[in-house]
Amino acid sequence: MSGLFDDLRDLYQEVILDHGRKPRNFRRLEDATATARGDNPMCGDRIELFVKLTADGHIEDTAFQGRGCAISTASASLMTETVKGKTTAQAKELGARFRELAMTGTCPDCGADLADEMERLAPLSGVHEFPSRVKCATLAWHTLNAALDGTKEVSSE
Amino acid sequence: MDTLAPATFDVMRIRQDFPILSQPQARGRPLVFLDSGASAQKPRAVIDAMVRCMETAYANVHRGAYRLSELATNSYEAAREATARFINAGDTREIVFTRNSTEAMNLVAHSWGRGVMKPGQAVLISELEHHANIVPWQMLRDDKGNELRVCRVTDSGELDMEDLEAKLADGKVGLVAIAHMSNVLGTVTPVERIVALAHAHGAKVLLDGSQAAVHRRVDVQAIGCDFYCFTGHKLYGPTGIGVLWARLELLDRMPPMLGGGDMISYVTFEKSEWAPVPAKFEAGTPAIIEAVGLHAAIDYVTAIGMSAIEAHERSLVDHATSRLTQVPGLTLLGASQDRGGVFSFALDAAHPHDLATLLDRAGIAVRAGRHCAEPLHARFGLENGTTRASFGLYTTKEEIDLLARALTEAREFFK
Repeated sequence: MSGLFDDLRDLYQEVILDHGRKPRNFRRLEDATATARGDNPMCGDRIELFVKLTADGHIEDTAFQGRGCAISTASASLMTETVKGKTTAQAKELGARFRELAMTGTCPDCGADLADEMERLAPLSGVHEFPSRVKCATLAWHTLNAALDGTKEVSSE
Repeated sequence: MDTLAPATFDVMRIRQDFPILSQPQARGRPLVFLDSGASAQKPRAVIDAMVRCMETAYANVHRGAYRLSELATNSYEAAREATARFINAGDTREIVFTRNSTEAMNLVAHSWGRGVMKPGQAVLISELEHHANIVPWQMLRDDKGNELRVCRVTDSGELDMEDLEAKLADGKVGLVAIAHMSNVLGTVTPVERIVALAHAHGAKVLLDGSQAAVHRRVDVQAIGCDFYCFTGHKLYGPTGIGVLWARLELLDRMPPMLGGGDMISYVTFEKSEWAPVPAKFEAGTPAIIEAVGLHAAIDYVTAIGMSAIEAHERSLVDHATSRLTQVPGLTLLGASQDRGGVFSFALDAAHPHDLATLLDRAGIAVRAGRHCAEPLHARFGLENGTTRASFGLYTTKEEIDLLARALTEAREFFK
């Protein structure tokens, strides 16, 4: 029987499925200096994000908890791995580029800096073909922005 | 062999009445539309009736002393008569057109709840309600202090009738507001028993018939309820038109919700006098074209026969129950004895949204989430929601087979 869903491997690449099943940094961060909650009220996805910042504005550690689909869980997991060690400005820049990637599938204006980080996030670019799922991929990044800006709650609607 | 559906019910012929079902979908797959519980597709008869109204018989109603306006008024009022016959209302004036069921329930909460009920009286709903039958009563509670009670649902997804009776016992409940059929569990509630119990304890009964009116014959006089709501767009009619039926003496006692044209008999700057029902509740230009569409939809399902539709859907329910229970890792929500063609389920390997994306690829349209029934999902510990397949009169057993196959493959995909 030929698979009904073979062509969905572009969206659900192995790395997505892996991070969706076994999210990294999936825990509370007791000594977090910033936290935020992200909600997608349409589907019930919910993430609580913890960030520990150093005095000079680097992300020393970050972790998350919550519930969601494979896309939103994998995106949050990849995000926590990617932004660790970055400055808050770099993290925000990554977020902006990632949102562009998720919505259009490409990021033509992405500079050479942060290229390795963007490559790590690239497996999620397939989501741009599924407009109703883009917000699943971007929820974690919206939440990170909220945490860095000191906003406590954000909704992806 | 299908022994339930009469020989006259030919689902393949019925499918030809729905233009959208022959529209090729992405990648050439045929549309397998299993989201009729959210909104049903429209037959040619409805589409044509609305176009014909606009092309040949359209003007505002109840106003112009010219032929076109009279034609439009006649069409609009004919829709009311057809609706009254459809649910066997005792009087055509008992049909109030609203935007949808949600507005119908809000109208009752506003006009009956705030206008007639006393603040000391409680409203009793149940755990299986749609948000449209929860939130208006919360608003009433917060506004006027009317207590909101919630009848429990059993693990099999049926109303806990002992709990219902216990919550009626002190005689403080003024209104019982319950779904005739759950939009998540498919459960058809024992409305005659609910009415008997409620009336015995001095409470009126509102039934949310959004799902039920589509799937079986509704006779409001036989049921004995006091308010009944349903909506056009789930009944193969257009969006923008819903129905509140209520007993004439109740409507007479209710103050209007909206003020404006059409709902008054005279107006001065000092005071206005309300028009008689149902005009009292239909301020402003109503959904004329949509009423014509609803009339066509009612004629369409009536010509097929509600009992034939019910029999067809019963055979679909039996088929789906046997197919879906064979899907590995699948948990069906609710196992009510009396149920309609709505199945919500959780698949162990996949989140409902991932599942809906996969099924969409197979051309299968289902709903994922909590289906406007968040408390019910919390009740069953399914915070992530469920995936829901809901059937219409055009649904086939082959479509259910494809769904079962797709679910089995989806589980392999995510494992």
